[in-house]
Amino acid sequence: MTTTTATLARTTTPRRTPSDIAPALLLGGPAFLLLLVFLIGPFIAGVWFSFTDQRLISPTPAQFVGLRNYRRMLTLTVLTLDPLTDPQTGQPVRDTQGNLQYPRSRAYTRDQEKYPQYFGLTEWTSLDLAGRRYTLLAGDPSFFRSLQNNVLFALVVIPLQSGFGLLLALLVNLQLKGRNFFRTMFFAPVVTSMVVVSIVWRFIYDYNNGMLNVFLNQFTLGLFHPVNWLGDASTAMLAVIIMSIWQGAGMQMMLFVAGLQGIPESLYEAASIDGANTWQKFRYVTWPGLRNTSVFILVTITIAAFQLFTQVFVMTNGGPNDATTTVLFMMVREGFREQNIAYASTIAVAFFLIILTISLVQRRMLRSEA
Amino acid sequence: MTTKPVVRLSSLAALLAIVLAACAPAATPAATQPPAATLAPATQAAATTVPATPVPAATAAAGATATATLEPTVTPDPNRIQLTMWTHSAGNPTEIAADKQFIADFNAASSKYQVVLQAFPQASYNDSVAAASVAGSLPCILDLDAPTVPNFAWSKYIQPLPASADDIAKLGVLPADMGNFQGKTYSLGQFDVALVIYGRKSILDKYKIRIPTLDQPWTKDEFTQVLDTLKGSGDFQFPFDVNPGYTGEWWPYAFSPMLQSAGGDLVDRASFTTAEKALNGPEALAWGKWFQGLFTNKYVNPTPADDQGFLQGHVALWYTGSWAVNDVVKKYGSDALILPPMDLGKGPKIGAGSWQWGISAGCKNPDGAWQFINSIMQPKQIAAMSVATGLIPTTQAAAALTDNFKEGGPFRVLYDMAKKFAVIRPPTPGYLTISSAFEQAGTKIRDGGDVQNTLDDAVDKINRDIKDHSNYGFGQ
Repeated sequence: MTTTTATLARTTTPRRTPSDIAPALLLGGPAFLLLLVFLIGPFIAGVWFSFTDQRLISPTPAQFVGLRNYRRMLTLTVLTLDPLTDPQTGQPVRDTQGNLQYPRSRAYTRDQEKYPQYFGLTEWTSLDLAGRRYTLLAGDPSFFRSLQNNVLFALVVIPLQSGFGLLLALLVNLQLKGRNFFRTMFFAPVVTSMVVVSIVWRFIYDYNNGMLNVFLNQFTLGLFHPVNWLGDASTAMLAVIIMSIWQGAGMQMMLFVAGLQGIPESLYEAASIDGANTWQKFRYVTWPGLRNTSVFILVTITIAAFQLFTQVFVMTNGGPNDATTTVLFMMVREGFREQNIAYASTIAVAFFLIILTISLVQRRMLRSEA
Repeated sequence: MTTKPVVRLSSLAALLAIVLAACAPAATPAATQPPAATLAPATQAAATTVPATPVPAATAAAGATATATLEPTVTPDPNRIQLTMWTHSAGNPTEIAADKQFIADFNAASSKYQVVLQAFPQASYNDSVAAASVAGSLPCILDLDAPTVPNFAWSKYIQPLPASADDIAKLGVLPADMGNFQGKTYSLGQFDVALVIYGRKSILDKYKIRIPTLDQPWTKDEFTQVLDTLKGSGDFQFPFDVNPGYTGEWWPYAFSPMLQSAGGDLVDRASFTTAEKALNGPEALAWGKWFQGLFTNKYVNPTPADDQGFLQGHVALWYTGSWAVNDVVKKYGSDALILPPMDLGKGPKIGAGSWQWGISAGCKNPDGAWQFINSIMQPKQIAAMSVATGLIPTTQAAAALTDNFKEGGPFRVLYDMAKKFAVIRPPTPGYLTISSAFEQAGTKIRDGGDVQNTLDDAVDKINRDIKDHSNYGFGQ
């Protein structure tokens, strides 16, 4: 195998001889064994658990329950409700604000005899439209709510964090004095433990004495009224998002800096000779030169965004009112607090498939672009 | 028992401890842990008031690293049978010192058995026990968090105490501090905590508010008036604190007694097979609306920065555990008041059940283990534990031996409350889900969610879990 020349290697596949296999197995063996025990094994066990009613501790052995866990998690159906009417007048009942009144969806979801198709479902959300109420019933609304939060988080964080990282990279890549200082500073949040960062930001966001509220209040000469950032369902996710972008941008910056330094100086010189301005140099030299880096960042940032857990766990504990519950957070709660390993495994498997699909779609889109 | 399993077990435990120590700061909120009867001030990283049993975040983390070197405290004597014992109190120097003294006394007296102690930090203890159960490596004697006892009993990881009902009754332990499941006693607790309202005499006098007693607690209406008076005075932005920033087991521990006082409950205690009506009936709905009103009327700050409001003087009344009593008395001296919780209709209720001693199912020498547990449940030992930790002793005889809890003692009122108002959390293996569902419901109600829908959702979650597990052996 040492005699194979570089040209040959490119044109023909190296043939495997028995003498190759033995050392390959010997060298790769330990790694394969570890992967098998700690990655592949648990994964297969997780898939198996998701078809059973495995509990963390239980006197009875786990039973095979087929698709029950998946059905429970993924069922989604629409229930259309007509407004309540006054039995005497036949007119719809209205409350003091003149809104139509509807029956509670629970009247349908708890009636196994009359409405078997809705039995056991729970209302996720509802929409009043043209004198009717459309209620979305789900087997497990908290799963969909968590997924919704994950998607929202990813949609905001992916472009902003990578864009911010690119901007910082361009800044610290300029031949300026003290750029190492700024590099270190922007990178510092990345090397700090996420738990520590989260605790610090919890204090920053604090309602009464938090730095953010005090600063905004004084900066606007008292016009700004303190906001309960983490305690209000409408701002909690935003607060988590801002903090996460700040924390992770340094990492993307480092990757982009590495990418920038891989672009040969000669290309910029050639562009200058051709009379390109700064924007054109960025658009036609830097950006194409960063292509591989961008693809890598996009994929990793997507996966990281969907794995949102620590910030939520430390800062909001999933609340308020489920506004920051994520799929991973829910999985940990189901699996460990409630010891329902089977359902937590089901969530894990579904979540794995979701991330896998997203990554595959991304790859395909990026490839067809090229 | 040979030494080999001990070595294996301790290395497993050490490994666990290391892993958990690494996540210890993350584990500060009690959320991932199965319910702990006693609570760490979860979201309050800055909290300095430390409940007595509960380990503060910093100590918990420090304790976790400390256990990485899990060493038996005694040199094994080859002529005696070793009984391994686990406790959660590695991070609590006074409690562990008391445990060590009990063991030294027992080992000195027993010619047949020798107890070997291994201590864990509380933050990771419940997880360690669950993991060891699955791995089949539980020690002979272990302490368990009261609400988890039925789950371990149902799972057959612990065995009923090998003593007659008479022997156990003779100890005189408060019923709330016995771990009973399906007619058998699995565990006994040396100490307990109570829920109280702390106040200050000077403040109540200033606003001409009646000081409630155990026989005549504040009623629902009276309490609302009290809050209105305090709020209306303008002296308090939020007159009342209920630690709504704590997470995990605090919610069911602190607020399900209020629900029970209003006539509802976490689950139907006649059958243990459904939460319908108990948790979403009219009484529960009334509780939910009242509880939500505490926040919407701005009596209570829904997201306090920490639990120090009362001690710093900007909160007038503080609903919390008896573990804070030393801090309160230290701060306010004779001005401090220990008051019973409000009566929402069915009399005041308080949570009960703390750490309890049990014997694992795999223990080969349950008689030796029982001898040890019996020895530490004697009045002298319980009193020693109470003196060391400041917690409420669980027998009348032991209370009489302590300065704080004897008749006329300054904290006697806590013992009386534990005796009079205590309601244990539902003794069912389904409690893990009940606890989680109730916390989710409680925080949603705090955050302004629709009370009826929220309680209905909690009922659905609990009932589904009960049904999934064939009623956990109830009603068959």
